[in-house]
Amino acid sequence: MDNDNECVISVKELTKIYGSVKAVDRVSFCVKDREIFGFLGPNGAGKTTTVRMLVGLTTISSGNALVYGYNVVKDYKNVRKIIGVVPDVSNLYLELTCFQNLLFSAKMYDVPKGMREERINYLLKFFGLWKFRNVKFKNLSRGLKRRLTIAAALVHKPKVLFLDEPTSGLDVMSRRILWTQLKELNRQEVTIFLTTHNVYEAFHISDRIAIINKGRIVAIGSPKELSKRFSTQEVIEVAFYPSKMSTKDLSEHIKGMLSVKRVGNHFEIVPLNKNSVIEGIVRYAKSRGLEISMLRLRSADAEELFLKIVGETK
Amino acid sequence: MIDELVKSFYIAMKDFREYYMKPGAVSWGLLFPFVFALAFMVRRGGLTEWLAPGMIALALFFGSTSMSAMSIVFERRFGSFERLMLYPVTYTTIALGKTLSSFIMGLFSIIPVLILTMVVLKIPPIHPFLLVLAVVLATFESSAFGVLLSFLVKDPTQVMVVFNLVRFPMMFLADVIIPVSLMPHYILSIVLLQPLTYSAEVIRFAYEGSYDILPPEISFALALLIGIVFLVVAGYIIRRSKP
Repeated sequence: MDNDNECVISVKELTKIYGSVKAVDRVSFCVKDREIFGFLGPNGAGKTTTVRMLVGLTTISSGNALVYGYNVVKDYKNVRKIIGVVPDVSNLYLELTCFQNLLFSAKMYDVPKGMREERINYLLKFFGLWKFRNVKFKNLSRGLKRRLTIAAALVHKPKVLFLDEPTSGLDVMSRRILWTQLKELNRQEVTIFLTTHNVYEAFHISDRIAIINKGRIVAIGSPKELSKRFSTQEVIEVAFYPSKMSTKDLSEHIKGMLSVKRVGNHFEIVPLNKNSVIEGIVRYAKSRGLEISMLRLRSADAEELFLKIVGETK
Repeated sequence: MIDELVKSFYIAMKDFREYYMKPGAVSWGLLFPFVFALAFMVRRGGLTEWLAPGMIALALFFGSTSMSAMSIVFERRFGSFERLMLYPVTYTTIALGKTLSSFIMGLFSIIPVLILTMVVLKIPPIHPFLLVLAVVLATFESSAFGVLLSFLVKDPTQVMVVFNLVRFPMMFLADVIIPVSLMPHYILSIVLLQPLTYSAEVIRFAYEGSYDILPPEISFALALLIGIVFLVVAGYIIRRSKP
């Protein structure tokens, strides 16, 4: 466990139970000052529930969480003064313009009157929204709505920014612009807590990543550490001759594969257990009278790595 | 305290800007009470003077509750209500903000009915100052009631159905359309359970100088108390609404 003094977000044994379902199961982690902390997991893993507990939108069943030393339940008002939250949907007010939306947020966050306009104008320019400042929120494109929602969460210069799936549904261009802006914000000393199911996004912009699956944290570390720990030539590339079989046929007959995909004339397999899959491949080829024309191992990329980590926890 | 009041005012102004021209607010909040009042007051002949205070109470009841239903339903359905819960304010402040926006809408909705009553039908109040106070009180009470009811309904899509299920019986059981003296005696206990009854009584006293059920000072105090209780309970329900 990390030294608590270094943590701006300190989470211990956090649990959320809905009826008989444990959505989040004794999750513990620490987010350090000014880092981008990626919270990665498949759909339904418990990412959003965890964030909602941290920001006070969902009650906590057990465990506790501190943000800058403030208990997120007891000191919720103090916590809200120092955090900004970007939910997974862009939920600003449809009939208000970009400027009016930010002004409302500034007022609610106690931004001093004399500083509001300056701060809003800065954010509008920073997020490329200046020329849309008098456009109603409902008339913005999805990407612009996302940017304005982030701007609204930053209007009071929070120390920590929580982003829930910030690039979900955005095109490649908008996504990349947003990543650049998040990195720039981080350089301006904002700690970023980013939940995402996009593996590339998490590995691309995070300083550290926690991987959550089925409500439990299954791995935590920097992208480099995770790659090193889990990726030792763990993707099997195999080609058969003749090569008429389908990925479906392969996955039905070879056990222990987390994923299989066809790439040109060969297959790429992420195994749960390398040796048993290789044995399976040999058996499969033999039973069908096929020749294995290529069989080699390579390091997993980020996505394959994620599959491997999540798969191992099944 | 003042900070919280100021923020509730910001919420109200935002709501008003966001929702006041929405069809639900216009039809249920402005048109319906006016047309309803017009129909009753023009058709009932001799009862017109008795009906006028009740119609005013009814108009602002519909106006203010429609606004709260509109803004809260929209925000709960589209996720923007959660934004309010992320600001550094208490849940009661949020409830007060919502009540204030409904209050403003309620005051707007009463203007056409007041014009109809005073200018067209020439029914002036005996105590004009008390009428102003009574209208403010009744609008506050109705707004808080609307906010509370909006949060009590779990499925936001059902809010209007529930609202009308509650509002229509209230119209007939709050001494605004049918005088309580014409009803069976046992109905009186139901009438006394209606929050609308007390504000309507104060408005009636302001117009006629007499009352049907309770003296105006008691009705005034009860209406104010009921409004505050609604507000506090609404704040509690917002907090409890977190999954």
